[in-house]
Amino acid sequence: MSNDGVDLGKRRFLTLATAGVGAVGAGFIAVPFLGSWNPSEKAKAGGAPVEFNLDKVEVGQMVKVKWRGKPVFVVRRDDNTLGKLAKNVADLKDANSEVETQQPVYVSKVTRSINPEIAVIVGICTHLGCVPQHKKETEVSWGGGFFCPCHGSVFDLAGRVFNGSPASTNLVIPPYRYLADNKILIGEDPLEGEA
Amino acid sequence: MGIMAQFMVWIDDRFPATKVWNEHLAQYYAPKNFNFWYYFGSLAMLVLVNQILTGIWLTMNYTPTGEGAFASVEFIMRDVEWGWLLRYMHGVGASAFFVVVYLHMFRGMLYGSFRKPRELVWIFGMIIFVLLMAEGFMGYLLPWGNMSYWGAQVIINLFSAIPVVGEDLAVWIRGDFIISGATLNRFFALHVVALPMALLLMIFLHIVALHKVGSNNPDGIDIKKNKDENGIPLDGIPFHPYYTVKDIVGVGVFLLIFCWIIFFSPEMGGYFFEAPNFTPADPLKTPDHIAPVWYFTPYYSILKAVPNQGLGVIAMAGSLFVLFFLPWLDKSPVLSIRYKSPIFKIALALFVVCFFVLGYLGMKSPNEMRTLVARICTIYYFAFFILMPWWSQWGTTKPVPTRVTH
Repeated sequence: MSNDGVDLGKRRFLTLATAGVGAVGAGFIAVPFLGSWNPSEKAKAGGAPVEFNLDKVEVGQMVKVKWRGKPVFVVRRDDNTLGKLAKNVADLKDANSEVETQQPVYVSKVTRSINPEIAVIVGICTHLGCVPQHKKETEVSWGGGFFCPCHGSVFDLAGRVFNGSPASTNLVIPPYRYLADNKILIGEDPLEGEA
Repeated sequence: MGIMAQFMVWIDDRFPATKVWNEHLAQYYAPKNFNFWYYFGSLAMLVLVNQILTGIWLTMNYTPTGEGAFASVEFIMRDVEWGWLLRYMHGVGASAFFVVVYLHMFRGMLYGSFRKPRELVWIFGMIIFVLLMAEGFMGYLLPWGNMSYWGAQVIINLFSAIPVVGEDLAVWIRGDFIISGATLNRFFALHVVALPMALLLMIFLHIVALHKVGSNNPDGIDIKKNKDENGIPLDGIPFHPYYTVKDIVGVGVFLLIFCWIIFFSPEMGGYFFEAPNFTPADPLKTPDHIAPVWYFTPYYSILKAVPNQGLGVIAMAGSLFVLFFLPWLDKSPVLSIRYKSPIFKIALALFVVCFFVLGYLGMKSPNEMRTLVARICTIYYFAFFILMPWWSQWGTTKPVPTRVTH
């Protein structure tokens, strides 16, 4: 076949136009393939808030509550523990909870709770997602808190990360509100609807 | 002409059967000085066949759901006739795959097999290695034991370290806010369909690229420089029957060891099958000590050694990424360790030591001493590659002979 008299400019334009339209088509058809990997409606519905009765927790004790499939730690702290939380400051990466994504605005900055006595913390290490172990003050030399067995991150009893841990941020405080003095709802902010 | 010869003519007129056979086996001339290190390419093919066959058979009884997976694996082990053997062949096969692939890659480092003109052979090989790691990682989730679960949790959370999009990306990969049946099901699909197909394609390209440039050899000499009057390399012998027969010896020895492990120690003391994986996945409880399977531990050690999450992830990815550039990092005038300077031998030996130490530390829970050692080894790991363009030119090399030695 001869190429004589072929308009190369037109041919290049048509080639590019065809390739361009094809690429746009490929982009559109990628949507269902990529979108199908998002959480299904069923998985999203699994994120409903859960109620928890605080009478179950003794001083110094920790109870795990399942919320959105994740463990949430509920710990009852006494005045002694709360006093130590104020003193830890120098050893912590973010003592005053300045990283905004790690807790809702309505918890206090040091105790990281609504009611200082009750800590409600998502039990997922902010390093790589293992479940830290609860260590009582009497069990360890560093004042008690949470120790992640996977990579050795250490958090105090307010979920604040100690210096030298591979984790860079404090444990997450979930949205929660008090339904009564001894009852919380994990997964909802105090005033508005579900977070 | 005999009936078979007539049949082959009929075929060859329609499909290049004889041509392909000759180009890639009967008239593919490989250097005649291949040694022990040259067994592992063909052994990797053998293990691949083992994985595909046993894998297909395992899917016949496996249930890829959060509710059914653990029980179906127990069912395979206890109730399916020969099910235990098929599963152990597959699980031990996964470890064997990494053993032979690591040795195959080390052979490349010994003899400079990645050097010009074999850069693409090496890069295709590296892609195979990364695909294999993905394949091993996703396969490890499928038994849905507690180590499967938390191993996957840790690795998927690596993505959440990416700024801005990381958290959403991790949710997208999991298909849920935590690892769940949705994650298991898609990993199953990728493990049994998508990744094996990608692996087969890359292996095909790896061999096509190799046969275009020809095999390297322990002397690192280009055998195509010395040809006889028929254009056949003087130091070459046809791959078939010479190396096919040689490889059968390797297959025999390999199968002896492989079968011994399957029959006498399939869990390999917890290195091939980890104890916490014999309890079902529990989203509320991480095993006391969590460690990936042995073939991931060197990179996992690098991740742990860096005291910052984002940088740790970058370092771990970088430890694989840097390997892709090996063909351009090694600037030594000779290819093979046989003629390289003693500096290369020492540097490579130290690298091997570091790699093993990192692998060992990756299995252990961290403490101060171990973290310090891991950091030193991590620094050496990267220095070895990044400074290679300089140190590979140091020292005096030995003269390279024109013909292969053996």
